[in-house]
Order: sequence, then C-alpha cells, then structure tokens
Amino acid sequence: MLFTVFVILPMGEAAWYSLYRWNGYGLPQQFVGVRNFEVLFNNAAFSQALINNGIIILVSVLLQIPLALWLAMMLAHRIAGVVAFRLIFFLPYVLADVAAGLIWRFVYDGDYGLFAAVAGFLGVATPYVLADRSLAIYAVLAVIIWKYFGFHMMLFIAGLQAVDRSVLEAAEIDGATGWQKFRYVTLPLLGSTVRLSIFFAVIGSLQLFDLIMPLTGGGPSNSTQTMVTFLYTYGVTRMQVGLGSAVGVVLFVICVTLAFGYKRIFMRHD
Amino acid sequence: MTDTTSAVRMTTGTRIYLYVSLSLVAMLVLIPLVTTALGGFKSLGDLRVNPFGLPSEWVWSNYLDILFGDRYWRQMLNSLFIAIVTVMLTVIVSAMAAFTFAHVKFFGANQLLNYFLIGLMFPAATAILPLFIRIRDLGLLDTYWGVILPQVAFGLGMSILLFRNYFRNLPEELFQAAFVDGCGYIRFFWHISMPLSRPIVSTVSIITFVHSWNSYILPLIMLNTETKYPWPLGIMVYRGEFGTEWQLVLAFITLTILPTVIVFFVAQKHIIAGLTAGAVKS
Repeated sequence: MLFTVFVILPMGEAAWYSLYRWNGYGLPQQFVGVRNFEVLFNNAAFSQALINNGIIILVSVLLQIPLALWLAMMLAHRIAGVVAFRLIFFLPYVLADVAAGLIWRFVYDGDYGLFAAVAGFLGVATPYVLADRSLAIYAVLAVIIWKYFGFHMMLFIAGLQAVDRSVLEAAEIDGATGWQKFRYVTLPLLGSTVRLSIFFAVIGSLQLFDLIMPLTGGGPSNSTQTMVTFLYTYGVTRMQVGLGSAVGVVLFVICVTLAFGYKRIFMRHD
Repeated sequence: MTDTTSAVRMTTGTRIYLYVSLSLVAMLVLIPLVTTALGGFKSLGDLRVNPFGLPSEWVWSNYLDILFGDRYWRQMLNSLFIAIVTVMLTVIVSAMAAFTFAHVKFFGANQLLNYFLIGLMFPAATAILPLFIRIRDLGLLDTYWGVILPQVAFGLGMSILLFRNYFRNLPEELFQAAFVDGCGYIRFFWHISMPLSRPIVSTVSIITFVHSWNSYILPLIMLNTETKYPWPLGIMVYRGEFGTEWQLVLAFITLTILPTVIVFFVAQKHIIAGLTAGAVKS
C-alpha cells in the first residue's frame, strides 16, 4: 500500500503530468502533448545538466574508481596503520552531502577559505572557483571524488579479501611482475566488484543534488546544473509541474535503461 | 588482513612509497575537516589571514553560543525523531513483507516481489513533484509524516530484498520443526525469525538511519516551518543568515557533523559493514 501510494503512483503520475501545463492546483487540464519535452530539450540549462551528468559519470568511473582500487591495493598490504587509513578514507562517505558541500564551499572561498590562503602564499590572484563558469564544474567534481572514493575503496577491499592468495603465489613462482599479477590475476578476479562499483557510481551520479546545492546551487549561470538540480530549480520552486515531471520521466527512462542494460550486458554472470 | 598483493617480504622502498601515498591522500581527506573545526574557534579576521593554522586566540564563544541556543538542539532532535521513526517503520514493514515472500507461497508472489524491486531502480527525485502534490492533498505537508512516509516507501525495495535473502538462508528444518510443534507463521516470525535476524536488522537499520539522517531533498520540499527542520535544512538556513561570517558557519557545521563522526568512530565496524555489505548483498 505505502509503496504503491508513494513510489509507483507518483512515478505514473509524473508520466501523466508531463503532458500537461499545470501549476499544481486544481486538476491538470491544459493538455500540451509532448510540448514539455520539446521545451526541455531546447533548454540550454537542461542540455548543460545532461552534459554535466555525463561528465560526472565519466569522472566517477575513470578517475574515482581507479583511485579507489589503487588505495584498496595499498591497504591490502600488511603494514601498521591500515585500519586507521581505512577509517579516514571512509569518513567523508558517512558525512551528509550538505555538510560536505558547505565545508568545501569554505575551502574554495576566495576571501576566507583555504584557496585564498594558498593563492596568497603563492602570490597569485585569488581564484573564485565556484563563481567561475568554466572552473566551477571541476571544483564540484573534486568534491564528488573526495566524498565518494571511500565507499568504492571499501567495496574493493571486501573484494580483495576474497581473492585466493595461492593463485597470486603461483603467478609469482611463474615469474609474473607486480603489474602483471595485478593485470592478469587480481583484476579479472575482481571483475564482479568492479562492475558493481561502476553500477553504483553511475546511479549515484545521476541523482546528484544534495552536494551541488550548498556548493553552487547549479550556478554560476547554470554551469553546474544536474538533472535533479534542474528539476528542483525549474520544476519545484516555480511550480511548473508539467516541466518538472518531464525531467522526472527523462531521468527515470535513463536510470531504468542503464540499470537494465548494464545488468543484462555486464552483470549476468554475477 | 591477508596480504593479497605480495607473497614475498616487502622492501623498504615499497614501504616508504606506501606510507607516503597513503598519508598524502589522508591529508587531502582530513585538511578540509580539521580546518573547518579549527575555523570555528577563530575570529573572522583571524580566519581571513590564517585559515590553515591553529587559532591565534581561541574564541570559544562561537561554539558556546550555538550550544546554549535552542536552534541547534531542536534541529538535531527533529532529525533524530524522523530517523528513528523511519527506521522502526522500515524494519517492521519490510521484515514482515520479506517473511511472507520467503516462507509463504502464494499466487503472484514473484510478480509482487519484482514490483517492489522496481523501486530500487529509480531515485526518489524522479517522482518528487507528484509526491509533493500527493502529500499536500493528504494534508501531510509540513508535518514529519510527510517526510517519514515517502522515506519508508522508497527504502522498502532494498530492505525487503535484504531481509528476504537473509530469511531464505535460515535453515528450513527450523521452520518445519516449529510447524510440527504447532507454531504458526506469526509466532514463528516474532519468536524465531526475528531473534535470529539481528545482523540483518542492524544492517537495514544502519542504512536507513544514515540515509534519513543525511537526507535533504525530501524535507526541503515537504517542510516549510523552520522549527520542524532537520539539521541539513537548518544548516543551509543558518548559512544563509550568517552569510560570510564563516567562523560561525564553520562552528555550526562542526557541531552538526560531530555526532556522526563520534558514532562512526565508536561503531565503525558495524557502520562500514552495514553500508558496504548492504550494498553488495542486494
């Protein structure tokens, strides 16, 4: 019941509302067909949001996951302090996105923040990274990596513990170098973990909202908009229910297509 | 901890490389957090010239004013209330549903399970507008229930899956023995399944609690009275009010994340296992 009322019905309603122009009061009557979708795809801010979501996925998969794997490999060594390092690396993941976003807003602040101090020390003009149209998205990406690499690292640590040591020893006896061992033994054995980690990174990237709001709120001039911040800014705060629902439908289609497609192609053996 | 990368003894070179790399990353993680906590002890002028170092003079009033005001505590209690009710409802509802899926064979069981799993596929944000309108029409706008019920509903897919997988792995003989002794489904659930399920109850509780405690978008849309705000909303309002008085904002941020950090260090094993194993098992 609860599930139907609050999960399935709203999704169906989103599809229905997306065909109307409606301010949310009374009943939706002004049927506009696919007009909302046309508006959406001709909207520069929404295109930017789509591009940004794409960039976030790419960076999460191509930078963050290798970083997480590299750290997990290092932490698999029997050295003192491993537990402490693991704790520290996982810490940002348990913090709320909003808190992390505000902390980094301070770090990037051009007057009081750490960036101001570093620039002052180097004797260069202070960059206001979050106010710069071309830099802001990179600043956001750095925070995303900072916030989420620990989660992926933990997945890999769990995966590595399941790797059979005797296989690695056999490879060593056969004269495999460190890189060869990693490339031909460890990595293939970690396959299912890597696929899982990518899956989480993609789904997580698509719903990014909480972290963006305290950092940039989608600005400056929409340069760090994501699909969900776009939905909030244009759909919710302006009560354009039709347009907002259309964003929801697009996001839904992307999520479900990716989830099904990915599971079918890459995770069928897991 | 097993050594999975090298069967031979490590050289000193490798050791140095490891410690240097790990320490560098650890510093990048910790510096923003430590400077935030220290910044809360500084005056604004001090923060401007010296955001990295120790405060030139420890200004305790930034922290004390927040701790002796009621705003901070009200927000924390709001978050706590929402999170605890969400966890209790999620655990009870999903455990009972999962129990049914695991033990009772009924017509359409598989279809119904798949129906719940659809919920795993898309984020709450996709349906946030219709959800808002539904909550408004139910008269739940600006109440805690307007936040709690959708949170429970969106958590159900994952928790039912976790519970069902766990229940199915409990030995079948147990069930048969209890059944022969005249124990019904309901008694079996309360007296046998649930007591045996402490690990999975704690996993589901941790995931649900952390999710609710940190959640922002749902309360942002459903609540509009400031006294009802949970802390992620409250902290944004606070920052809006005090703007560039960063020393106050930093003290406020530090105090709001402090409980999370303390609980994390005390219960790290359970939390890490809950958040990662939970993800893997489903």
